[in-house]
Amino acid sequence: MSDTATRLQHHFANEEQQLDASTFGMWVFLVTEILFFGAVFCAYIVYRTHYPEVFAHGAHHLDVVLGAFNTVVLIASSLTMAMAVHSARVDEQRDLARYLVGTMFLGLVFLGVKAYEYTHKFHEGLFPGNFFYQADDAPLQRLFFSIYFTLTGLHAVHMIIGIAILAVILVQAMRHHYGPRWHTPVEIMGLYWHFVDLVWIFLFPLLYLIGRHG
Amino acid sequence: MEAIERRVNYLNVDHGIRSWLLTVDHKRIGLLYLVSITIMFFLGSLMAGAVRAELLTPQGDLMQSDTYNKAFTLHGIIMVFFFLIPSIPAVLGNFLLPIMIGAKDLAFPRLNLLSWYVYIVGASIGIAATIGGGLDTGWTMYTPYSTGYATTNVVFPALGIFITGFSSILTGLNFIVTVHKMRAPGLTWFRMPLFVWAHYATSLVMILGTPVIAITVLMVGLDRGLGLGIFDPKAGGDPVLFQHLFWFYSHPAVYIMILPAMGVISEVIPAFSKKRIFGYGFIAASSLAIALIGFLVWGHHMFTTTQSMYAALVFSVLTFAVAIPSAVKVFNWTATLYKGAVSFEAPMIYALGFIGLFLVGGLTGLFLGALGLDLHVHDTYFVVAHFHYIMVGGAIMGYMAGLHFWWPKITGRMYNDLAAKAAALLIFVGFNLTFFPQFIAGYAGMPRRYHYYPEEYQVLNVLSTAGASVLGLGYLLPLFYLLFSLRFGRHAGRNPWGAFGLEWMIESPPTPHNFDHTPTVTWEPYDYPEMHKLPTRIGESRSHVTLAEGQPTPPEGLAHV
Repeated sequence: MSDTATRLQHHFANEEQQLDASTFGMWVFLVTEILFFGAVFCAYIVYRTHYPEVFAHGAHHLDVVLGAFNTVVLIASSLTMAMAVHSARVDEQRDLARYLVGTMFLGLVFLGVKAYEYTHKFHEGLFPGNFFYQADDAPLQRLFFSIYFTLTGLHAVHMIIGIAILAVILVQAMRHHYGPRWHTPVEIMGLYWHFVDLVWIFLFPLLYLIGRHG
Repeated sequence: MEAIERRVNYLNVDHGIRSWLLTVDHKRIGLLYLVSITIMFFLGSLMAGAVRAELLTPQGDLMQSDTYNKAFTLHGIIMVFFFLIPSIPAVLGNFLLPIMIGAKDLAFPRLNLLSWYVYIVGASIGIAATIGGGLDTGWTMYTPYSTGYATTNVVFPALGIFITGFSSILTGLNFIVTVHKMRAPGLTWFRMPLFVWAHYATSLVMILGTPVIAITVLMVGLDRGLGLGIFDPKAGGDPVLFQHLFWFYSHPAVYIMILPAMGVISEVIPAFSKKRIFGYGFIAASSLAIALIGFLVWGHHMFTTTQSMYAALVFSVLTFAVAIPSAVKVFNWTATLYKGAVSFEAPMIYALGFIGLFLVGGLTGLFLGALGLDLHVHDTYFVVAHFHYIMVGGAIMGYMAGLHFWWPKITGRMYNDLAAKAAALLIFVGFNLTFFPQFIAGYAGMPRRYHYYPEEYQVLNVLSTAGASVLGLGYLLPLFYLLFSLRFGRHAGRNPWGAFGLEWMIESPPTPHNFDHTPTVTWEPYDYPEMHKLPTRIGESRSHVTLAEGQPTPPEGLAHV
C-alpha cells in the first residue's frame, strides 16, 4: 500500500507542470556542473598541450586496472539507478529500495577503491601540492598530480554528496513516499547520478589511458 | 483607507522574525536581499570613501600603502560580488519576475530561500576575512601574487566568493525554469515584459559563467593553501590561464549587472512616455545577443599579457560587436521617448540618467577594446572611470530607477517625490563629478591602485573626491525618504504611475500568492494606447472584487476571475 498521494505545491497548476519544472531545473543545474568541471578540464587541456611528456609519464603512475574496475562499477551503478527510477514508476516498492541500496553500495565500492588508490599514491610521495615528493626525476610531475587530485577529488565529492542524498531518498522510499504519481526526487537524482558517472567516463581515459602508449 | 489597511498582503500575513527567516515567498525573499545588499552597499561605499579621502593629496598621508591596498580590494570585492551581482536580480527580479509572468511564485521557492542563506554565509566569510586579515590583491586576485607572494589572507575571501557564487547560480536556475515553465496562459514568449527577457538573459550568464569563477577561485585557494601550483610558474603552472578563467566569468559578470538594469529601463521609459516601446523584438533579442557575445570577449582584459596577437585581434573585433546590441537598446529607448507624453517622475530621471551615463561608459569601452589605444590606457584611471560609468552610472542608476518605480508596489506607499528627484539629480551630478575627471587623469597616465601620485594629477583627484561626497549624500537621501514613506507615505493604490503590466493590476502590496486565480493574458506588451480597454485588476476572487467607481466592468475572459 504505497502512498502515492500528490505532493503538488501551491504555485504549480498541476503535477505535470511540477515534474517538468523539477526535471528541467536539474538539467539546468547539470549545465552549470559541466562548466564547473569544464574549467579544470580546460586547465588539463592547456597543460597537456604544453607538456605532453609530463602527462604521459604521470599516466604511468596510475593503476589502470583499478581505474578500469572503477569504471565498470560506476556503469553498473548507473544501471541500478535507472532500475530504481523504473521501479518507482511501476510502483515496485521492494525493488526500489533494493536498487537504491545497490546504487549506494556500488558508489561506496568506487570510493573505497579510490581511497586505496590515493593511499598508494601517498606512499609513493605523490601528494598534492607542497607535500609532493617523487623518487624519479621526471620534471613537473607535481603539476600532473595537482590536476589529477583536483579532478578526481571534485568527482569524489560529487559521489559523496550523491550517496548522502540517495540515503535520504532510501529512507523515504522505505516509508513508501514514492510511487507512480510521485517520484520526482528519484527521477532527478537519477539525472545527477548519471552525470557524475559521465564525468568519470571522461576522467578515466584522459588521466589513465591517453599517453600510456605515447 | 481602512479597507486598504485591513487587506491581507504578503507583509502583514505573518509576523515575527521567524516568519521572515523561514519564508519561501519570493516577495519576502526579495526584501531579505534588499536589506542585505543595502548593508553591503554602504560597507562598500565606506571603503570607496576611504580611498577617495586618501587620494585628496599626492602623498600617502592617511593610510599606509598596505592599508590602502586592502581598502580598494575590499571596496571592489564587496561591490562586485556582494552588491552588484545580486542587486537587481535578487531584489527586483525576485519580487517581480513571477508576478510579471502571472505566476504565484518562482518554480523553486525553497531553493530561492536557500540562495539567500548561501549568500549570507558567503558574504559573511568573505567580509570577515577581508576585514579581519585583510586582502591586498585587488578584487581580481591575479596569480601568482595571490597564490604565492601576498602576505594577506587569500584563502577565506576566495572561499567566500566561491560560496556566494552558488547563490547566484541558484537564482539564475530558478529564473530560467520559472520563465520556461510558469508563464500564465496566453503569456507567450513575445508577450513577456522586457524586464523578464533581460532577466532570462542574465540568468543564462549566471548559470554558464558563475561555475567557472567558483572553481577558479577554489583552485586559487587550493594553490595558496596546499601549493597545487596550477597557476604557479615555479611548478610549471600558467598565471595567464588564471586570467583567462577569471575573465571568462568576470567579463560576462558585467552583463549580469547591466542586463537587469537595461530591463528596468525598458519598463520605466514606456511607462513615463505612455507609448508602446519601440522595437520590442529587437530589445528582447539584443538582451540575448549581449549575453551570448558577452561570453566571447573576455580576452580584451588581457591585451597586455602573453595572449597571441591573433587572439587579441579576434577579441577586439568581438568587443566591438557587443556594442551593436547595446546600441540597439539605446536607440530603441530614445525612439520610444520621441513624441511620447514624457513626464519626469523620479524613476524616469534615474532612467534618463542611465541612458546618458551608459552611453559614455559604453563608448569609452570601445576605446578600451581598440588594441592600440588599450596599451596606452591599460591599468590607468581611464579604465576605472569606464567601468564605473557602466557599473555605477549604469547598473546602480538602473537599480535606483527600478527601486523607485516599484517601491509603491513593494510597500504600498509613495515616497516624497521632491526628495526623490533631488536625490536623483544629486547622484547624477555627483557621479559625473567623481568619475569624469578620472577619464582625463587616466588618459594623462595616472595608474590605478597607487596612492602616491605626481602633483599634476591633484586637481583632478580633488574634483573626484568632491564629487564622491556629493554622490555619497545622494545615496544617503533615499535611505531616509524611503524609510520615512513606509510609515508616512500616502497609499499608492494599484497603479500609481498608470503603467502597463500584470504587476500593476494586482494589489499594492501584493497578496501572499499574488493572484487568487491564474490570470489569462490576452494583450500585447506595452500596449499603452489600448490600455483603457484592459481590466484594472486581475486574478482576484470574485468576493474581493469591488470595481472602482466609474470603472466599466471588465469584459469576460479578460478579467478571468
